Amino acid sequence: MKYVDEFRQKDLARKLAADIRREADTGRQYNFMEFCGGHTHAIFRYGVQDLMPRNLRFVHGPGCPVCVLPIPRIDMAIELAERHGAILCTYGDLMRVPASKKNSLIKAKAAGADIRMIYSTQDALRIARENPEREVVFFAIGFETTTPPTAVAIKQAAAEGLANFSVFCNHVLTPAAIQHILQSPEVRDLGQVSIDGFLGPSHVSSIIGSEPYEFFAEEFQKPVVIAGFEPLDVMQSTLMLIRQVNEGRFEVENEYTRVVTPEGNEVAKDLMAEVFELRRAFEWRGLGDVPYSALKITDAYAQWDAEKRFVVTKSTGTDVKGCECPAILRGVKKPTDCKLFGTVCTPDNPQGSCMVSSEGSCAAYWSYGRFRIDRVKETAA
Amino acid sequence: MSKMEKRFPTRISFRRGQVDMTHGSGGRAMAQLIEELFVRHFDNDLLRQGNDQALFTPPPGRLVMSTDGHVVSPLFFPGGDIGSLSVHGTINDVAMSGARPLYLSAGFILEEGFPLADLERIVSSMAAAARAAGVPVVTGDTKVVERGKGDGVFITTTGVGVVADGLEISGTNARPGDAILVSGTIGDHGVAIMSSRENLEFETAIRSDSAALHGLVADMVAAVPEIRSLRDPTRGGLAATLNEIAHQSQVGMRLSEDDIPLRAEVDAACELLGLDPLYVANEGKLVAICPADKAGPLLAAMRANPLGREAAIIGEVVEDDMGFVTMETGFGGTRIVDWLAGEQLPRIC
Repeated sequence: MKYVDEFRQKDLARKLAADIRREADTGRQYNFMEFCGGHTHAIFRYGVQDLMPRNLRFVHGPGCPVCVLPIPRIDMAIELAERHGAILCTYGDLMRVPASKKNSLIKAKAAGADIRMIYSTQDALRIARENPEREVVFFAIGFETTTPPTAVAIKQAAAEGLANFSVFCNHVLTPAAIQHILQSPEVRDLGQVSIDGFLGPSHVSSIIGSEPYEFFAEEFQKPVVIAGFEPLDVMQSTLMLIRQVNEGRFEVENEYTRVVTPEGNEVAKDLMAEVFELRRAFEWRGLGDVPYSALKITDAYAQWDAEKRFVVTKSTGTDVKGCECPAILRGVKKPTDCKLFGTVCTPDNPQGSCMVSSEGSCAAYWSYGRFRIDRVKETAA
Repeated sequence: MSKMEKRFPTRISFRRGQVDMTHGSGGRAMAQLIEELFVRHFDNDLLRQGNDQALFTPPPGRLVMSTDGHVVSPLFFPGGDIGSLSVHGTINDVAMSGARPLYLSAGFILEEGFPLADLERIVSSMAAAARAAGVPVVTGDTKVVERGKGDGVFITTTGVGVVADGLEISGTNARPGDAILVSGTIGDHGVAIMSSRENLEFETAIRSDSAALHGLVADMVAAVPEIRSLRDPTRGGLAATLNEIAHQSQVGMRLSEDDIPLRAEVDAACELLGLDPLYVANEGKLVAICPADKAGPLLAAMRANPLGREAAIIGEVVEDDMGFVTMETGFGGTRIVDWLAGEQLPRIC
């Protein structure tokens, strides 16, 4: 596969692994947080951790849009479909995320709610055009990468006068979340999580550019390397982080130059600025209320804002008892530290969001790395 | 015909007509549909007798039997349709015991309003597939459900076959050290179906691999009667099939990603959709497990058959009481190849 296979070559991986082993200081520990679920997935899918030295650990960050969506937001989406009779259009990943009272979109659908799995915002618009007598709500989630398409959909609906279409907006922002993690007591004071550097978001950075990370690299003195999602990208970026740490630097470097520029995609940023504005605070699963970390639809497009169009109850639903998703999302715990992991919580019966999406740490551990964990347990026993 | 009253004064219009409730009522309309559609296309001695069952004497050997319901959407897709699929699917399930398939039955659930032209196209494709495979449809059933209670047509087929003495092929027989083979590229059927769904707007040149594999199986068991396990990796793909066999035989498996045959187009489509080809369905491929020293002859026998031309040895069975299927990735790391959780795409077969 042209343009993809080049970034998955075994011989290059071996060479990079040798470079990493040679340059990593055996006298110290390297903890790097990969913010994005895309990186987490690549690390497990290709067995990248196998190629790393023992003193290098990837701390899996909260960059999985499905995982960080809090239960109340799923409850609200279900209510839109059940109580307001809307056709709820959603990406497939969200279907099995646990909501309150053991509910989920897939269970609500089975119970009769009109919930449809779509592949793009354009599918949602089409459904709205085909069902003029029904309310059609698009369940918008994701980081800066998926936000511009939602903005385009809203503008399209406005241009067409599509009166039965609206967006339940859950778009969140990456830099705010990274900053929040770095400011959290676990990282700052308690020293529970030591993070020596970040593998910076790849697709997100293609939109926002590399500049937004400059502030916290400087403020928190942590190196950031913007990394592509291919396994060789992850390895190359890891090597760049090791070099920064060894040399005492804390800069924003860009490994993903084939896509990411310092200023990002101006057209996409303008679109986002036109249609969305900052929320004062937004709840993230695991992180709690994070100030200025999410977007809402501006008043100019209020007609297409599902939260303004319908009166939706503010749910107070909470995570399943014992579920460690919050701590796992902050990098404080590993999936295997959770009592539910692999017992009551598996991808077939997820209790927490991290077990649902393929980008979630728990699902990645379970699906790609479980054999290793069990082996470790056996040897220890 | 001579002195008997002409049963049906006018012929069914397959061009304009549609299924209505009378086609399943047991009356004259149903009899006419059976005669002018099913018997005409499936035409064989057993069916022509017009009994509610087919009576035949089985050849010597052990009998096997398998059944499979087909609900694929869309009904017509590149490389096949629900008709040919319903023949191939059941023939393959029968053949994976090493059997020679003998006969099929077919049960149709039709939705009121379904165009008879589409139904005829499906039945004709089914008949062509059965004829090509040499496995006739000898008995059947038709029911009609009200509009909105079905989705056009559902087809359930059942097959019987006979296994020659000396063959002991079962998912429980894999042993550590055995070789794992696959008969060709994986994921073609699933991607062909996806590409023909209207809400996935990308077009590919990929056709479903839907095919009857009993000829390939016959060549394989003739060359290597010691084959331990055979299975067609349909829903859940190669990953599900290998996990099933690992579980049944209480062994582990180790695969090599680089050795698994995969079309570049399928690889690219999966990349785009975020799917893993290991989990994508096949309808014309099989997985074989045999003693390591028979892997060479078995591979040669498979490659000599057009349906196994791209066959490959993809890994080995290992001792592992946890039953893990692992894979050395093309990248040099190791990962687990787990069961499929949830569903990748509904109604693919």
